[in-house]
Amino acid sequence: MNKISFEGYESKNHFDEMFDADMKTRPHYELFQKRIEKMDWKKLNFLQHATDRAQLSLGMTFNVYSDNQGMERILHLDIIPRIISGSDWDKLEQGLSQRITALNMFIADIYGDQKVLKDKIIPSELITSSACYLKECVGLKPPENVWCHITGSDMIRGDDDEFYVLEDNLRCPSGVSYMLENREILKRTFPELFEKLKVRPVYNYAHYLRDMMESLTPKSPASIAVLTPGIYNSAYFEHSYLAQQMGAELVEGKDLVVKNDYVYMITTSGLKKLDVIYRRVDDDFIDPLIFNKNSMLGTPGLFEAYRKGNVVLVNAPGTGVADDKAVYAYIPKIIKYYLGEEAILKNVKTYICDERDHLKYVIENIHKLVVKQTDASGGYGMLIGPKSTKGEQAEFIKKIKANPRNYIGQPTINLSRVPTLTDDTIEGRHVDLRPYILYGKEMKIVPGALTRVALKKGSLVVNSSQGGGSKDTWVLDS
Amino acid sequence: MLSRVADSLYWMNRYLERAENYARFMDVNYNLSLEMHPDISEQWKPLVVTTGDWELYEEIHGAADKKKIIFFLGFDLNNVNSILNGINNARENARAVRPEITREVWERVNGLYYKMKEGVEKKVWTRKDPRKFFMEVRESCQMIAGIYDTTISRTEGWHFGKLGQFIERADKTSRVLDVKYHMLLPSANSVGTPIDLVQWSALLKSVSAYDMYRKKYGKINPPSICEFLIFDKNFPRSIMNCIEQAHQSLETISGPEEGPLNLANKQLGLLKAHLEYTDVTEVLASGLHEFLDEIQLNLNKVSVAIFETFFSSQNILKRHTTS
Repeated sequence: MNKISFEGYESKNHFDEMFDADMKTRPHYELFQKRIEKMDWKKLNFLQHATDRAQLSLGMTFNVYSDNQGMERILHLDIIPRIISGSDWDKLEQGLSQRITALNMFIADIYGDQKVLKDKIIPSELITSSACYLKECVGLKPPENVWCHITGSDMIRGDDDEFYVLEDNLRCPSGVSYMLENREILKRTFPELFEKLKVRPVYNYAHYLRDMMESLTPKSPASIAVLTPGIYNSAYFEHSYLAQQMGAELVEGKDLVVKNDYVYMITTSGLKKLDVIYRRVDDDFIDPLIFNKNSMLGTPGLFEAYRKGNVVLVNAPGTGVADDKAVYAYIPKIIKYYLGEEAILKNVKTYICDERDHLKYVIENIHKLVVKQTDASGGYGMLIGPKSTKGEQAEFIKKIKANPRNYIGQPTINLSRVPTLTDDTIEGRHVDLRPYILYGKEMKIVPGALTRVALKKGSLVVNSSQGGGSKDTWVLDS
Repeated sequence: MLSRVADSLYWMNRYLERAENYARFMDVNYNLSLEMHPDISEQWKPLVVTTGDWELYEEIHGAADKKKIIFFLGFDLNNVNSILNGINNARENARAVRPEITREVWERVNGLYYKMKEGVEKKVWTRKDPRKFFMEVRESCQMIAGIYDTTISRTEGWHFGKLGQFIERADKTSRVLDVKYHMLLPSANSVGTPIDLVQWSALLKSVSAYDMYRKKYGKINPPSICEFLIFDKNFPRSIMNCIEQAHQSLETISGPEEGPLNLANKQLGLLKAHLEYTDVTEVLASGLHEFLDEIQLNLNKVSVAIFETFFSSQNILKRHTTS
């Protein structure tokens, strides 16, 4: 049987995480390469199949259609890991810690004194026009003045070997269960490598998550729950997984009732008070009395209970304002303003279509740029210039002109690549990186991340809804 | 525990118990059809009558037909009680209470779901001998019940599961006995013949009672069979034993009650007393069918009362102030 080999693997034209342009293996991948080259193809394919089966068996599936007869799919897990050196990680961690600290101060300021607007660091209109700015939150002060308790920043590594933050995901970032379960599965796939490579562990995440939630309330023991839209939500696996790992209740909106501005669970033995809710329901849907009137997912009165400080919501409502893609352009300035430091992590150059000269640039260069809708996520509402047709470009220009505030443009960045198992060979595929940052009384970043991979050859879109898969991410000790 | 969660645990176990029973019925019935003289047809219709789905079957598929019935009871999505629907529902419920059950339970339930999917793809009902498949389904259900018992803490949730399991089991035992007893009894001319023995044995096997019955009574004798399946205190599929176990779980769930018992406890207590204060001679004299019919009605009442007492959020909100 043929042994695995990387002969013919192409590492030019893109930054490759495993090899440099001359196919010299990067030091943190050396041991892995040695191990995998001892294997034959049959074994590797067997391990990949075992992985698929393990995911099905664990129920790591999401519904493609939102009814119970619909198709269920797994998020493909490619068994070749994405390995990050300890020194790279330490820098990332520093940068994320700086960024989240500043972003949290920014959100608190926006709903507080608005100094950042008064000092004209950011135009006021940009904030008040953001779909994610909630006027209902003005004047509120959540415990510890922390708003973004859980962040899942999307990062990429460009051709220049630098990490960029692409999006901050301050609302309900998903995927952490994949970080945790991918690790469990890969530990069975390559057990001996974990010992030899000294991969930093991630299993503490659920403990940290619980500690973070408990740090936000003086109640001890605190009554905590995960609020899910229900079993047909595409991230339901994650909601139930986290609740179970934390030993928290998993509740739906209909399980809760608000009385005298306190939140209670409806249980077999009466009503039981909740202190902290990790809600995986978007701002718009948490309370039909305040936000979306038609929401069946939330609980009437929940926001008032939150406003009165009788329940803690994780993340706090309103964090999306710092997640707006137009606000993103200002983040280096925000960091400088609040912390007096230069941003450690780079931002991608961003053209705000609401500004006249930027708009002109975007329209003239649309074939080179990635254009994104400021309030969309999940890979929707975007145009990748170099991969689009003239017709698609014209259509986007029309949309941009109709509502410039709603669009930004960014240069197309080549995401780095990682060797990935295809049908009968190993080829480079583009990846991003989503680490998870917990912020309560203190900040905690678990040394790991979800690596999403665009499985289609040449594709730069890593979203699971658009043909993306995942990889386990190994952060090494050194 | 959350009302919705208690509700799901109750139904997850009911559906699994139902699927296990159906799978056993199919296996036993198939065996029986092999033992019977080719002239004696209609082995399959009583099976559908037992499960209470005959009307629906006739409406969809017409006359009794072996393959159609195997499909109907095993895989028909139009039949809410089919094994396929039962397993789908059990899995949906398990998924909804994933943090309440162990990974081992979940993985088995999930695995059974994929087994059923495979059964549909392979069109098991068209097989000449589908017994192996149904045997595996039955074993999977039994395995899940075992893992449920050996990995889950005896807290409220576990007891709600047992409640669902025992109420379902009592219902199925009473139905099997009801249909088969009356089908077998009039054939007075064949009493004591080998065919007759085969049929009575099949009845016992349908509820896994053959071995334990033989051990206790030795001879196959219809009144003794009735006594064993209704009143035996020690056999875990007898109606009496199921009701007792359900009652124990319900009492644990209810805890010490001050004042009047809750509705569920009342209904189940009445049913238990009803069984305790009669015996097989009385039942056979006054009419077995009427007796079993009443038991089934009362089991339904208990199920409704459990819903009203523990699962209905409207009722709970009405009853309780904050605690």
